[in-house]
Amino acid sequence: MAEAVRSGARSARSVVDEHLDVIAAREPEIHAFNVVLADEARFAADEIDRRVAAGEDPGPLAGVPVALKDNMCTRGIPTTCSSRILEGWIPPYDATVVERLAAAGAVLVGKTNLDEFAMGSSTENSAFGVTRNPLDTTKVPGGSSGGSAAAVAAGFVPLSLGSDTGGSIRQPAALCGVVGVKPTYGAVSRYGLVAFASSLDQIGPFARTVSDAALLLEVISGHDPLDSTSIPAAPADLTSVLDRGVEGMRIGIIEELSGDGLEGIAGDVQARLGEAAAALEAAGATVETTSVPSTVYGLSAYYVLAPAEASSNLARYDGVRFGLRVDAPTSGDMHTATRTAGFGDEVKRRIMLGTYALSAGYYDAYYGKSQKVRTLIVEDFARAYGRYDLLLSPTSPTTAFSIGEKTADPMTMYLTDVCTIPSNLAGHPSMSVPFGVGDDSMPVGVQVLAPAMGEPAMFRAAAVLEAAAPPGAAS
Amino acid sequence: MTERITPRDVAHVAELARLSLTDDELEAFTVQLADILDHAADLDALDLADVAPTAHPLSLVNVFRADVIGPTSDRDEVLAAAPEVEDAQFKVPPVLGESR
Repeated sequence: MAEAVRSGARSARSVVDEHLDVIAAREPEIHAFNVVLADEARFAADEIDRRVAAGEDPGPLAGVPVALKDNMCTRGIPTTCSSRILEGWIPPYDATVVERLAAAGAVLVGKTNLDEFAMGSSTENSAFGVTRNPLDTTKVPGGSSGGSAAAVAAGFVPLSLGSDTGGSIRQPAALCGVVGVKPTYGAVSRYGLVAFASSLDQIGPFARTVSDAALLLEVISGHDPLDSTSIPAAPADLTSVLDRGVEGMRIGIIEELSGDGLEGIAGDVQARLGEAAAALEAAGATVETTSVPSTVYGLSAYYVLAPAEASSNLARYDGVRFGLRVDAPTSGDMHTATRTAGFGDEVKRRIMLGTYALSAGYYDAYYGKSQKVRTLIVEDFARAYGRYDLLLSPTSPTTAFSIGEKTADPMTMYLTDVCTIPSNLAGHPSMSVPFGVGDDSMPVGVQVLAPAMGEPAMFRAAAVLEAAAPPGAAS
Repeated sequence: MTERITPRDVAHVAELARLSLTDDELEAFTVQLADILDHAADLDALDLADVAPTAHPLSLVNVFRADVIGPTSDRDEVLAAAPEVEDAQFKVPPVLGESR
C-alpha cells in the first residue's frame, strides 16, 4: 500500500477514502473508535499526494491509515483514556509515536476505545461503551487495547497502535485474529502515553501480517530523549530478517503456561499450540517443553505491582489542572467529588488495591513480596534463555469470551492475562501470532517470547508460524 | 499472610485515595479486593528471604540532558486545559478550613 502511494501508482486519498467507507459501514456495530477523524485524514492524505506529485518521498508508511489507542496524546485532538475524568481535555503536545507516524507518512484516521486507563481485558470498562469483536459481535475483542485490535480485524485500518502493561496488546490481538507485539521495555518511547504502571507499560503495533507489524515497529522504535527509560540504541532491523527462518533455533514451550502445568488453558488452545510447535520443528528448530517455574506467580505479583503504580500515577487527576472538575466548597472535597464522579469501578478498584498494598503495615506483605517475585521471574527467564533462543506459550487461555461473561467477577477477568504478564514483569518482548481457530471458530493466538532486545529472532519465528498457520477465522 | 481486608480498611484506603463510596459500593469492593488479595496468598509458598526486590526491568541510572534551552509548551495553551484559571494561575476552592 505504502509502496503504491510512494510510487504514485495509487493516491493516498483513495486509500484513505476506501478505509473511511469500511468504517462508515461497520463502525456503528463494532464501536472500535472513540473518534473518527475523517476530515483530518482526508486533508493529511491530500498532503501526502501533493508531496508525491512534487517528487518528495513521504516515508515508509506513505498514505497508510493508522488508528491510535486513545491513551496516546494528540495535539489538538481530545485524548480520553475512555474515562470521564479526562472529559474535554485536549493535549497541548503529541506523543513521540504520533510524531514518528506522521514523519513516516502515515495518516491518523481515529482514536480507539479501551478499558478505562487501559485497566481491563475486554474493553468493557470503557466509559463510552463496549467494543465488539468483528468476528462475532456477541464476543469481546479482548483488552485493554480492544478498539485497536478490532479496528485492524474489521479492516478499518491495516495498522494500529496499542499499549501493553500486562497483555493489553497481545491478548486482544489473539482474540481478534491479528498480529500484536509488545516490544522490549524501553524500545519505544512512552512520551505522551498516559501512564498506568510505568515500569510495565509499553507501546506496540497491531497489524494483519507479521511483516506489517515489523515495519510499524521499526518506524516507532528508537531512542527518545523525552523518555528517561528509552533505550539509547538504534532500532533493530526487523523487515530484512523476516525470511531467515528458524533453522537451528532452540525453542522452549513454557510448561507452566501451556496446559498441563496450568489449569484453565482450553483444549483447543493447547491443540493449536502443539501444532505451532510442530510447525517450528518442521522448519528446523529444536522444540521441547521446559519449566520456567516462577511464571505461575506472575499474575499475583502483577495484580499487586500494577495497581500500586497506578494508585500513584492516577493521583494527578485532581480536578486542578485539566479534565473534569466537580465543584465543592473546599479543595479537599473537590478532589474527592471529582475523582468519585470521574473514575469507573475498575479504576477505583485498582487505585484502592494499590493504595492498600502500599500502605503502612501491608507494604512488606504485598508490594515488597511482589517485587521479590519479580526478581524470581527475571532470574528464571535468564536461566531459560541460557538454553533457548525463544519461548512459546498460548497468548490467552481461551478464545474470545462473551460480552458480560466475566464482568461480575474481577478475578476471573484477571486470569485471562496469566500467559502475557510474565514478559511485562521481565521487560521482555513477546508477540501474538494468529494460529488457526478454536472449537468455536474464533481465532487462537500463539505467543512467542524473547529475551530483551530479542525482537529479530522473535519476528523470524512469527513469520514461520504465520506461513504455517491453518486458516484463520472468517469475518 | 495477613488478615482479610475489612470494610473499615477499604473505607480508609478510599479516603486516602480521595474516593467516596456508598455503603453498597463499600460492601462490594471489600469482597472483590479480598478475592484478589486471597489470590496473592499463593506467593506465601515462596521462600523470598534472600531475594532482592526488582522495581524496574532496566537497570536505571539517572539521565541528564544537555543544558540547552529547547521548545516548551505554551503557557496559555496549558492553562486553557484547566477547569478554572485566574491571573495565569490554576484556581482551586479554599484549601484551609476543610470540612474534614
